[in-house]
Amino acid sequence: MKWEVVIGLEVHVQLNTVSKIFSGASTAFGAEPNTQASLVELALPGVLPVMNKAVVDKSIRLGLALDATINQKNIFARKNYFYPDLPKGYQISQMELPIIEHGRLTILVGEEEKVIRVTRAHMEEDAGKSLHEDFHGLSGIDLNRAGTPLLEVVSEPDMRSPEEAVAYAKALHTLVTWLGICDGNMQEGSFRVDANVSVRPFGQAEFGTRREIKNLNSFRFLEQAIKYEIQWQIDTIEDGGKIQQATVLFDPDSGETRMMRSKEDAHDYRYFPDPDLLPVRISQAQIDATRADMPELPGQMKARFVEAFGVSAYDAALLTSSLAQAQYFEAVAAATGQGKLAANWVNGEIAARLNREGLEIAACPIGTERLAGLIVRIADGTLSNKLAKQVFDALWESDLGADAIIERDGLKQVSDVGAIEKMVEEAIAANPKAVEEFRAGKEKALNALAGQVMKASKGKANPAQVQDILKQKLTQV
Amino acid sequence: MINATLKQLSQQLTAGQVSAVELATAYLDRIEALNPALNAFITVDREKTLAEALAADARRAAGQAGLLTGVPIAHKDIFCQQGWKTSCGSRMLDNFISPYNAHVIEQCQAAGLVTLGRANMDEFAMGSSNENSFYGAVKNPWDVNAIPGGSSGGSAAAVAARLAPVATATDTGGSIRQPASHCGVTGIKPTYGVVSRFGMVAYASSLDQGGVMAQTAEDCALMLNVMAGFDERDSTSLERAREDYTRDLAQPLAGLRVGLPREYFADGLAADVGRIIDNAVAELKKLGAEVVEVSLPNTQLSIPAYYVIAPAEASANLSRFDGVRYGHRADEYKDLVEMYEKSRAEGFGSEVKRRIMVGTYVLSHGYYDAYYIKAQKIRRLIANDFAAAFAGCDVILGPVAPTAAFNLGEKSGDPVQMYLSDIYTLSVNLAGLPAMSVPAGFADNGRPVGLQIIGNYFGEAKMLNVAHQFQQVTDWHSKAPAL
Repeated sequence: MKWEVVIGLEVHVQLNTVSKIFSGASTAFGAEPNTQASLVELALPGVLPVMNKAVVDKSIRLGLALDATINQKNIFARKNYFYPDLPKGYQISQMELPIIEHGRLTILVGEEEKVIRVTRAHMEEDAGKSLHEDFHGLSGIDLNRAGTPLLEVVSEPDMRSPEEAVAYAKALHTLVTWLGICDGNMQEGSFRVDANVSVRPFGQAEFGTRREIKNLNSFRFLEQAIKYEIQWQIDTIEDGGKIQQATVLFDPDSGETRMMRSKEDAHDYRYFPDPDLLPVRISQAQIDATRADMPELPGQMKARFVEAFGVSAYDAALLTSSLAQAQYFEAVAAATGQGKLAANWVNGEIAARLNREGLEIAACPIGTERLAGLIVRIADGTLSNKLAKQVFDALWESDLGADAIIERDGLKQVSDVGAIEKMVEEAIAANPKAVEEFRAGKEKALNALAGQVMKASKGKANPAQVQDILKQKLTQV
Repeated sequence: MINATLKQLSQQLTAGQVSAVELATAYLDRIEALNPALNAFITVDREKTLAEALAADARRAAGQAGLLTGVPIAHKDIFCQQGWKTSCGSRMLDNFISPYNAHVIEQCQAAGLVTLGRANMDEFAMGSSNENSFYGAVKNPWDVNAIPGGSSGGSAAAVAARLAPVATATDTGGSIRQPASHCGVTGIKPTYGVVSRFGMVAYASSLDQGGVMAQTAEDCALMLNVMAGFDERDSTSLERAREDYTRDLAQPLAGLRVGLPREYFADGLAADVGRIIDNAVAELKKLGAEVVEVSLPNTQLSIPAYYVIAPAEASANLSRFDGVRYGHRADEYKDLVEMYEKSRAEGFGSEVKRRIMVGTYVLSHGYYDAYYIKAQKIRRLIANDFAAAFAGCDVILGPVAPTAAFNLGEKSGDPVQMYLSDIYTLSVNLAGLPAMSVPAGFADNGRPVGLQIIGNYFGEAKMLNVAHQFQQVTDWHSKAPAL
């Protein structure tokens, strides 16, 4: 049987506010345990939450970027359950009337674009951490993370493959970092993904029973976990089993998912409106002001790159996968007037080298001016592609500009007609057999001759000119 | 001196007739003598009190004193006070020394009031008789066989017995007015949001409101000037211009329209209490007030609505008492769940457990709409009833409770009977209105009975005016029990 995969994602986006969602305590990562827990995070008797306005502002930005409805009346609810790292015994979240509803996010899979619907996004507080190591059979509680603001972004089950799920997660990651509302640091838990996965026979209208994979903190784990889970579900069904709704965890070491709790163990969270917090009302004026203050978004910038620099839609999508990369490209393209060349180099050599060395574009050793210097020399014929790569390597290793490297290493392409003619004549004279073959109609023989010329020039002769002059000389007679 | 009002004490301190240390010492001595019989205080700390009194005298000497600097006060054990055990009447918090001050405490300290001690109360403010305290019941100073009322029973008994000239208190469903009525003192519960809840251990967040008890309405007004005010740490605190609650005390009552809700004078009201209220109304008429009949048709529904909403909120508010970070933790447990279960089973008393269970039940999946949502709708109807009534009157008058204080143990085995006695006080909290209890006479059994005055939103000054004028022509408020 052929199976269709259905995936929906819930992403916890940690908003990069200075202070916590309901107190003035710092949100900085990595402090000594419990040094960033105020009376509010400790949930002492009598303390009360006070809403951090910046959380609302940042949420509105994401809502607008997702082309979503911003609910102007927001209600906070208490989600009740006991856990040692949840100090109040309830999490303040939103149930009815979340701040964002009915959004959409365009993703690119291969060269195909697809729109994924965003059901909702709601504001809530993070819990603390339970630490089970180093306490000799006891558990430690660190409440530094408690009260960190989160925006939980819930998609519709619109994805049909692990690749689409990863593309959606990446697109959302791009968007929240692009907007500057999240630092995007997945190792530190600033962007955590839960994946709801089910399978159904192709053509079946109803969804299969889903299992939710919790807390995936890298795109690679997201892909691995979903792939494993899909195969597990298919195998289970094909072996005559049934999928039970459950929450599962992914173990990166074994590459497997394992059951955490079944539907029967599911909590009754007893949501009800938090009487300590008044409804947050967002005025149309505030929404309009935020809209006016929005940066150019990845989709808009992508369209502009196609329009203004003549790059392909695919290249433009790659270029706009992060704001830093897009800005890098635009600086180079604008400086050189060579959009396509700039796109090729940024998406090609630069991306590959950064990837190999594990660097972000912000840490790229070649600044936009030096890359522009290289591209100018390719465009004006000074450098062949082959020489350009040599110059690129040298740029990466030194602080010199492209021209200085060309000068230092004598890498200038020879485009002097006289010099090339001389080398062509020598090659013709030295290779009568090849000349014979070419004249007999064997086009390939020309390449052999051209190769001789390039060899004689130590690779510096302008290849196009070599071809032209060769043809000219051979057909002259 | 012990019978002096706040205002008189202020004058004596200002005139240098008495020092804060002398005053504190006098009250501490009286507490030492009488508290063993009354149990109005959970914690008394002579050293701390005298240190505060010394500081108050220094402020006076330095010319930095306010009106109430050096005046002693008892704080209900629900307000977090730095360095003091803040037990909330519960074993759960028997070991909890607060590391911070409630807004109310900050305000009192800024005014220079001297803490006499921490007043007993029903556990987590749940109760109408003060029999639910982990520290034992408070006795009514007028009759030690009677309940003092609850949950602010310690505050009311302390003021009635002249163990303190004034006491802070809180009111979620009548917890200021009912004990004030039963103990013959004046108590005020302001409009919801006037006094910050920051640092007040939460019972039912949407209903809880801090207030005060003293001998007179004038003293209550002076105290409200200290306690009221916007606090950005409480989102439900109201940002309004400061007001002087004493400003209208002297206004004559001619032309005042007094509403009497017919539902408050129907079956269930004891005849002697009814007579006392009638007499009080007659006094106000003599002062020029006009009486109009009003109707609050949903009064009966206030009991079920309150006993859904308050436990629902309480069930979440009390989840933080889990034995993990502070408070009671069981000695032995085999795992996390057992730690929770044993700590909470041992730490909470039976009425608290009952309300947590009720609250958990009404919020459960499948029951939420039928209970919680329905109760919220009733709450709206009750507020609408008051809005309609206030269209035709300036204040509403009635009894605080159907009877004078009942005997200790009389209803403690029957929670529903206990809940029914809250019939005249719950609606006010559901609507968020201000209300008072003012001493108005004595029942046939000799126990005090209070008159309830209900104001419109932010009508504190008007209520205090009515109460003060009433106290100018009556002397119920200045009667003290023989001890």
